[in-house]
Amino acid sequence: MSIDTSRVATSNSSAATAKKPGKAGAVANWADERLGLGTAMKKNLRKVFPDHWSFMLGEIALWSFVILLLTGVFLTLWYHPSMTEVVYEGSYDPLRGVVMSDAMASTLHLSFDVRGGLLLRQMHHWACMIFIASMMVHLLRVYFTGAYRKPRELNWVIGSLLLLLGTLEGFTGYSLPDDLLSGTGIRAADGFMKSMPVVGSYMSFFLFGGEFPGEQIIPRLYTVHVLLIPGILLALIGAHMLLLVYHKHTQWPGPGRTEENVVGFPMLPVYAAKAGGFFFIVFGVTALMGGLLSINPIWKYGPYDPTKVTAGSQPDWYMGWPDGALRIMPGWEFHFLGHSFAFNVFLPIIVLPGLMFTILLLLPFIEAWITGDKREHHLLERPRNAPTRTALMVSLMTFYGLLWAAGGNDIIAIKLNASINQITYFMRAAVFIGPAIAFFVTRRWCISLQRHDEAKLLHGYETGIIMRSPEGGYSERHLPISEAAAYTLTARDRDEVYVPELTDADGVQAPGGRLNGLRAKLSTLWFADNVQKPTREELEAAHHHAEHEHALTAAMDGHSADGHQFDGHHAVEGESLRGGH
Amino acid sequence: MSNELTGPGGSNLPAEEPIANPGLPEHTWRPTDVDEGAARRAERQISTLYLLSMVCVVLFCVTYFVADIGDNWETVLGLGASTIGLGVFLGLALLFIGAGTIQWARKLMSDVEMVEMRHPARSSDEDRGATLAALSAGAEDSGIGRRPLVRNTLLASVGMLGAPAVILLRDLGPTPSQAAEADYPGAGLEKTVWTAGMRVVRDVVGTPIKASDLEIGDLVNAEPEAIFPTEENGYPEMEGAVLNIAKSKAAVVVVRMDPDSIIPGEGRDNWSVDGIVCYSKICTHVGCPISLYERTTHHLLCPCHQSTFDLSDSGRVVFGPAGRHLPQLPLAVDEEGFLVAQSDFTEPVGPTFWERDTKDIGDQGEADL
Repeated sequence: MSIDTSRVATSNSSAATAKKPGKAGAVANWADERLGLGTAMKKNLRKVFPDHWSFMLGEIALWSFVILLLTGVFLTLWYHPSMTEVVYEGSYDPLRGVVMSDAMASTLHLSFDVRGGLLLRQMHHWACMIFIASMMVHLLRVYFTGAYRKPRELNWVIGSLLLLLGTLEGFTGYSLPDDLLSGTGIRAADGFMKSMPVVGSYMSFFLFGGEFPGEQIIPRLYTVHVLLIPGILLALIGAHMLLLVYHKHTQWPGPGRTEENVVGFPMLPVYAAKAGGFFFIVFGVTALMGGLLSINPIWKYGPYDPTKVTAGSQPDWYMGWPDGALRIMPGWEFHFLGHSFAFNVFLPIIVLPGLMFTILLLLPFIEAWITGDKREHHLLERPRNAPTRTALMVSLMTFYGLLWAAGGNDIIAIKLNASINQITYFMRAAVFIGPAIAFFVTRRWCISLQRHDEAKLLHGYETGIIMRSPEGGYSERHLPISEAAAYTLTARDRDEVYVPELTDADGVQAPGGRLNGLRAKLSTLWFADNVQKPTREELEAAHHHAEHEHALTAAMDGHSADGHQFDGHHAVEGESLRGGH
Repeated sequence: MSNELTGPGGSNLPAEEPIANPGLPEHTWRPTDVDEGAARRAERQISTLYLLSMVCVVLFCVTYFVADIGDNWETVLGLGASTIGLGVFLGLALLFIGAGTIQWARKLMSDVEMVEMRHPARSSDEDRGATLAALSAGAEDSGIGRRPLVRNTLLASVGMLGAPAVILLRDLGPTPSQAAEADYPGAGLEKTVWTAGMRVVRDVVGTPIKASDLEIGDLVNAEPEAIFPTEENGYPEMEGAVLNIAKSKAAVVVVRMDPDSIIPGEGRDNWSVDGIVCYSKICTHVGCPISLYERTTHHLLCPCHQSTFDLSDSGRVVFGPAGRHLPQLPLAVDEEGFLVAQSDFTEPVGPTFWERDTKDIGDQGEADL
């Protein structure tokens, strides 16, 4: 149907005119004369953001952090960060009369004797899960779409730091109730620290204020949890957002979308409403989870007692992967000259997370160095169009996932009725073999998807209509894709293998020859077998071929059976066979 | 606005680009743009959502005062009526505001795409030049380049300020050797509260264990009697950190097995009493208390990282990430037939630390650590 645009509501236009100043104008004038808001907000109020569902993932992380701040402030009103021993006298019957730390007793009080206290505690814990999970998924989105390339490498670094700090924040918060499960976690953390050569036992004694467990650790973790890490998180989130505004958001390529522009909706009012509304959605979902889904029921674990433990002790899920490494590590411990070195603890829990985090931080720099790419990138790439990049992350994810599964080897053994020994031996090999297989499979998978895209561009899409030739042969009819779809498929860079300059202008050999050689080799491997988009000649040649085929089969085309009717790609007006649709 | 397009597109299409950028697609109008009735309906929907949110806030307040917590916390799903009611109504109140606002943005706010041009992240050469000029003018004015003595001593003095910040952390805690000399029983990483002749008592209740009361296959979680001081046994009162430190190192498991199945370690032939052996409960891996015992194999499994120790064979590691056997406590019986320790452990218990002088079982000798 045609649209009568003369009837369009006046509200839907992007050019709004300023009205004469009223009372609000007077307030604005007062503020502007003191703050200069007019200049500062002139451009940013209508700043354009592109639209795509995946751009919402980071927003979930941002809003869950706000929820953590809000619920956390409420929790501090009742929680006592103290390890003084008290006798619990609250309303939870099974623990009444039990001696426990004030931290645990106040957490129980907060859960059972403060109305809404348990809700806030559970919301806080759920928001933490959402915070860390959404940061991880956001990180993957940024990686897989190549949004971390120049000029956004530093924002990638900031984001990675946020993930690290968020994890530490989660661990410190999880430890504060001083229940049996979290106390076991701290006990293990003490063992981790002691595994460090030379300084280990000093680190442990300084942190715990003497021998484990002492009575300093809870108040100290509290300061770290409510002041130190949130302060740094807040500052880094501020920097993360400022850089986002400065760089402008990346966008997907498509008709009208280029490296030089950003197409989307203005901050005011559309994103203010969408993002603001989304804050309430995230908050609302967290409140529902806090009200309906039990999490960390510390009253079931009981207070921490250094002589007790529960079977199936697990850290929160985001700490699971180093725990898995710890479980599958062979017991290699070295003794020499009156010293002991717990390499079986030091490698998986101190070295490995540090190494993995360093790799994560360096990913954008490693890729840029290999590809020699110095251009700015604002258009996103589909994961398939960067097969090696995609495969690298899938490989890292496989490594992470296998270690995470190894962190639950006891649960797997119980649920599957399998031997824990065999699961552990299997995991020892799988963490090395699995990522290699994942890398290879993902890379080839991406390349075959690229070939599929190329086939769509050159020969059209598959209509699902089978044609029979006079000779009796069968073939599937292909039809060209729309111009917009075809453009979008070709809106990507051609891969350029890095070629080092072996000699400079005067014929002198350039410095760093061997490193450059390695770089060129890596660059060749990085792009090897990638499918490049066709040139204009190739595209035209393919279309000529297709037209020729169409001409040959034209005689057989019934008016209503040329394939366009049933594939949903085209309008069907005036098509008698389709009845009243 | 789509005509602001530049870049690959239009006439300046490079030869290798197969398809020109067709430019932004034409905007299509929504029902609410062209039909005032539809717009009014959307307006009513949105307001209804906001009204529902207000209703939920009222219900939240009602729940707060009406639903009990405390006694009836197990009412619904173990969460309590109060928690569920407050959570659901708060959640719905928030969700309705969110849904209303997003509906507003989708139905009534402009959906015309706007185009904004990007700028390179780098500053212009002009700005760079001005900044560099300002920097060098500032440096010149200060004389920082010409007077290296001032610059270097300033850097050194500010650097030295790191020392107070670090040194203030020194009193976070005693060093391991200072802790070993502290005046509480079993102080330091090398020792526990166990002493020669101290009774082995049951965990939690603190009653002594008669050797003859244990059957083959029994496991008892036990502690030193010093943890349960009474007037009768005369041990000094313990509380707070001292008590927890004592428990964290001295906890043991006592098991009885067929005496023939015990393979005593070198020099440990008299450490068991009629097949009753006693081992540290603290895992040698990272220190979790261990208690999962399989009586047919005499294996003890740590629930944290699944290190498995053979209690019939000096606590040797048979599986898992632990690198050392479990320390064994030499047992005897006193004149009343109760289990007592012959001495403290002959080696430090718990996780490995750098200063630990680890020796083979045969080289450990008698316990006078």
